Amino acid sequence: MNSRNFKFLIPNSKSIFAGALIILLLITTALIAPLISPYDPSEQNLFEGLKEPGSKHILGQDRLGRDILSRIIYGSRVSLQVGIMAVGISLIIGLIIGSASGYFGGFIDNLFMRIADILLAFPGILLAIGITAVLGPSLTNVILALSIISWVGYARLIRGQILSAREYEYVSAARAIGAGDFRIITKHILPNIIAPVLVQASFGMAGAITAEAGLSFLGLGTQPPTPSWGSMLNEGRNYLLVAPHLTIFPGIAIMIVVIAFNFLGDSLRDMWDVKER
Amino acid sequence: MARYITKRLILLLPVVFGVATLVFFLIHLIPGDPIEVMLGETAMPSAKEELRKALGLDKGLAEQYLTFLKNTASGDLGRSLHTNKPVLSAVIERYPATLELTITALVISILISIPAGIISAVKKNSFVDRLTMLSAMFGVSIPNFWLGPLLIMLFSVQLGLLPVAGRESIYHLILPALTLGMGMAAILSRMTRASMLEVLNKEYITAAKAKGLSNFAVIVKHGLSNALIPVVTIIGLQFGALLSGAVITETIFSWPGIGRLMIQAINTRDYPLVQGCILIIALSYVLINLLTDILYAYIDPRIRYE
Repeated sequence: MNSRNFKFLIPNSKSIFAGALIILLLITTALIAPLISPYDPSEQNLFEGLKEPGSKHILGQDRLGRDILSRIIYGSRVSLQVGIMAVGISLIIGLIIGSASGYFGGFIDNLFMRIADILLAFPGILLAIGITAVLGPSLTNVILALSIISWVGYARLIRGQILSAREYEYVSAARAIGAGDFRIITKHILPNIIAPVLVQASFGMAGAITAEAGLSFLGLGTQPPTPSWGSMLNEGRNYLLVAPHLTIFPGIAIMIVVIAFNFLGDSLRDMWDVKER
Repeated sequence: MARYITKRLILLLPVVFGVATLVFFLIHLIPGDPIEVMLGETAMPSAKEELRKALGLDKGLAEQYLTFLKNTASGDLGRSLHTNKPVLSAVIERYPATLELTITALVISILISIPAGIISAVKKNSFVDRLTMLSAMFGVSIPNFWLGPLLIMLFSVQLGLLPVAGRESIYHLILPALTLGMGMAAILSRMTRASMLEVLNKEYITAAKAKGLSNFAVIVKHGLSNALIPVVTIIGLQFGALLSGAVITETIFSWPGIGRLMIQAINTRDYPLVQGCILIIALSYVLINLLTDILYAYIDPRIRYE
């Protein structure tokens, strides 16, 4: 497969650029956080606790007087890290198990389908809540828990794609010229089914970022003093009456990033004409 | 139909067994000594031994597992470490509150999404369509742990219209149900629109129009009844998302359901209770999926013969 064949991946619509632009902004923010952050995100100033937005702190200060803007800027690192790691790990596991399951069928496929049935019996982030609850709250455990619950989605998608791709003539042709199973899967089938996988990965990023924030909101994710958008919302809960800015701004950050990934996923799906499962 | 239901029930058994197995092993994921995690390092050795025996953790893993399966099958999910109450009755006590919240959220989301989806499809690419789909995009993306506090700030703090937390009256139900149902409303309205658009392109719709039927009759009688079939499946699948979302929503609004019970149990390291909550929520979800499948097979007889 040469580079020419990837032409269909090149974005051609404005909406994709809108989503991608926000995501690029998020990545840049996370990378250069120390340069653009007006204050140290952990620097406390107890005399100015819960102070409203003003000229010195444009998004206000939290209970301990820490600058909310700086904490949101640094919080982007947590969101991005969880998104990339959780989606990356589940994608790799899904790719291996889904390919093997779809390509070889038989016992491997049966075993995988039974495991998938069991994991899918736990709705939403329920199992992730259970796993982080027993493993203890930490960023690593959140990534682990989210990977455990999300790989099944990718594996099922890839399995389904491979099942139909297996029947195509180009696969028979590759086999006829003596290509082995590994070569057929990696060189011939996977490049042809990459579009729906990328669409799902984009939605997966939105899901992982929301899930991390949700777990941190419940106190099961990132632990203080590391700033994370979810734990900022958790702290803000107790001050809805006196300091709504603690809740409003981190929420806006989550919402913008999640919309960007959903938007990107939607646009890519429309562009590549990927059928919904 | 009876054959179909029996087949589905048999297929369900390994899933239920697998769910129970996974929930059993959850407690063994605790790093270090689970007893020390539950009671704290400073607990009396005699208390630790007592709990170890009570939870059966002094026995071999295989024996523990078999006992767990046997007990679970007979409805014995152990006892809460803090109240010493049977886990099953503690969970069942909270069940009605969760059911009340999720069903209300479901009804709200259906009432919003189906009309919105139909109007969007019928007036495709109009201003109303774009506005509805944009709102749906926001609805899908807004996390309930943010929407909940925003609604509290607006309706309870600013306007003083609705109570912040608790389950004393029907007014207490409004904000949590809205918070929980909004995401589902967004997904359902997108689904209804897509499904309706597909149906409206079918030849029988053109035929119905050609017969001179009114627009309303074409859309409702011929379009909607067919377009709703796939939406029913999504409603079933999304109900699970509501059960999981209820954990967060109940925590925000101090709604006394299973989700809040589970978070309280996590905070007090009452692991038998955590296991019980997870097991009951997962089994409810499995059951709802079964009911959806049966309902789907009832609406669309082709499914039964596959």
